[in-house]
Amino acid sequence: MKSLIFRTASTYLLPLMLLFSIFILLRGHYLPGGGFVGGLMAAIAFLIHSFAFGLKETKEIIKINPGYLMPIGLVLAVGSGMVPLFVNDPFLTGLWFEEPFRFIGMVGSALFFDIGVYLVVIGATLTIMFSITESV
Amino acid sequence: MNNSLIVLPIVIQFLAGTVLLFFWLKTNTQKVLSGLFSAIALVISIWLFMLVWNQGIQVTQSGNWKAPFGISFVADVFGATMVLISSIAGFAVSIFSAGSMRKERLEFGYFPILHFLIMGLQGAFLTGDIFNLYVWFEVVIISSFVMMTLGGKRKQLEGAIKYVSLNLLASTLFLVGIAFIYGLTGSLNMADIAIKINDIQNRGVINVTAGLFLVAFGIKSAVFPMYFWLPASYHTPPAAVSAIFGGLLTKLGVYAIIRSFTLIFGGDEFMGIIMSAIAALTILSGGLGAMMHQNMGKIFGYLIICHIGFMMVGLGIFTELALMGTVFYLIHDIVVKTNLFMVSGVILKINGTQDIKELGGLYKNYPMLSLLMAIPLFSLVGIPPLSGFWAKIFWIQAGLETKEYILIGFIVLGSFLTLWVIAKMWGEVFWKPGEGLPKKANGIYFDQLSGADKWQWIFPVVFLSIISLYIGFAAENIIVLSQKIAGDLMNPTGYIESVLGIKLLMP
Repeated sequence: MKSLIFRTASTYLLPLMLLFSIFILLRGHYLPGGGFVGGLMAAIAFLIHSFAFGLKETKEIIKINPGYLMPIGLVLAVGSGMVPLFVNDPFLTGLWFEEPFRFIGMVGSALFFDIGVYLVVIGATLTIMFSITESV
Repeated sequence: MNNSLIVLPIVIQFLAGTVLLFFWLKTNTQKVLSGLFSAIALVISIWLFMLVWNQGIQVTQSGNWKAPFGISFVADVFGATMVLISSIAGFAVSIFSAGSMRKERLEFGYFPILHFLIMGLQGAFLTGDIFNLYVWFEVVIISSFVMMTLGGKRKQLEGAIKYVSLNLLASTLFLVGIAFIYGLTGSLNMADIAIKINDIQNRGVINVTAGLFLVAFGIKSAVFPMYFWLPASYHTPPAAVSAIFGGLLTKLGVYAIIRSFTLIFGGDEFMGIIMSAIAALTILSGGLGAMMHQNMGKIFGYLIICHIGFMMVGLGIFTELALMGTVFYLIHDIVVKTNLFMVSGVILKINGTQDIKELGGLYKNYPMLSLLMAIPLFSLVGIPPLSGFWAKIFWIQAGLETKEYILIGFIVLGSFLTLWVIAKMWGEVFWKPGEGLPKKANGIYFDQLSGADKWQWIFPVVFLSIISLYIGFAAENIIVLSQKIAGDLMNPTGYIESVLGIKLLMP
């Protein structure tokens, strides 16, 4: 898109929306938010960037093929589900660190599951949107 | 007994699919890894089966949420057996796919999807929660949509549209049925539902719910009158895909019917009559359909329907003996049907066609291969002592005990129709002189393959043939197994007690 306003705005929107998506990701579990919404938000951030600057520029920012985010996310999610098996708890049991971390709050296996979902959603959404954009 | 490791058969398939995603486009690595993971999965499922057989029902409450509230995973003998059999079929199909699938299809992610599909099956066999069962059904269906359309040929898409629309309808009905159950009992845990459903006065609503489940699972397992999507779609994808569909997907529906109609809606007389009628008509329509067609894929498609009817007979009669027959047949059928579709794939590779009129001379040109193919074909007919034979004895015996002579008649009729179809196929494809038949030119034929490539086609057929020979000749082991399963199904107290961790007061 040629609009100067949109281009200028999107350079600021990308980092802001990515930050906000991470905020939403960390906010999840007990409050509305989580990996799925956060992932969608991050994907939209990249999409807006690609509308403004074209697909090539956006791909340069992301560096890796977004398709690979899917298996990475899946491994993270199933891995966080399997960790409890090693301490003799059932699959997917939530394990938590005792002390809250600074800025992040309580950290447990659920967070890693959510990060996995976050990556899968970014990967899937961007793969779909990029292949549609490329084929048009 | 609690054992959190029983989710491993699901997790290993999930890991397999995920790891294969890292090797997108590297199809040769995918072939090796897929075979490796399937072998590991097979070992794990053997371990699970031995564990359950020796120590009884194993339960885990995922997320450590106590039973009626969280999702329970239950490995009883029935579930563990199904996991084992589906792992065997999965292993064979994984090897067969490595030889038979074209590179273009593999590059669209065939192998990861195969493992996600088997993961869905394992999950469905192990879950103890009815909504979770729905989720696993969806995992299986979505994977199967992808597998069916992979390659994107016109014929495939046509078959896929019928398949997708009917299956989505079935899922919706299943979901509505679950909503009814939840409204009536306030629970989704199957063991919990089994207790609470007895206290409900309004039997009419329960029968309606049972009807919804029957229609939903009936569409998925292709019983009369909801079977027509199956012959329309199963012959369109490549042989490896048809093998996994024909062997496992419809049986998932049968498994769900057996599980829900023994545990939740057990022994209702009205349902028994409906089941019997469905069984008889399914046998008839499947058998007659198979007689009519010339394409091997379509013939096997109709034979699947016919034999689903056999399994429904056991549920129609609903005695321990009849269920024993159904379980035995289920075990036999998964192995044989998977094998048959692979055999039809090998025949397609040899001659470039699946039309039995255009095939011939196979016995003369490939005597050893023909003998090998005879094993699944004759097992299907149930020539004693091959594996299809034993289950029918139990059904007929159970039918005589309960005086269901009409159903016995239909079993005999179904067996005759199967015999007729297979005999015709044997005569046309194997015995008919092969000279002067048109040979279509498409790609590389079987005799042009190198030795190692040939084995990728033949080994899975050999492997599954050995399994079905074992089922036939060591039938006493399988009979003991199905007896145990049928006993557990008729008296689900042990299942309920292990899942909920309580002692039931016997009335």
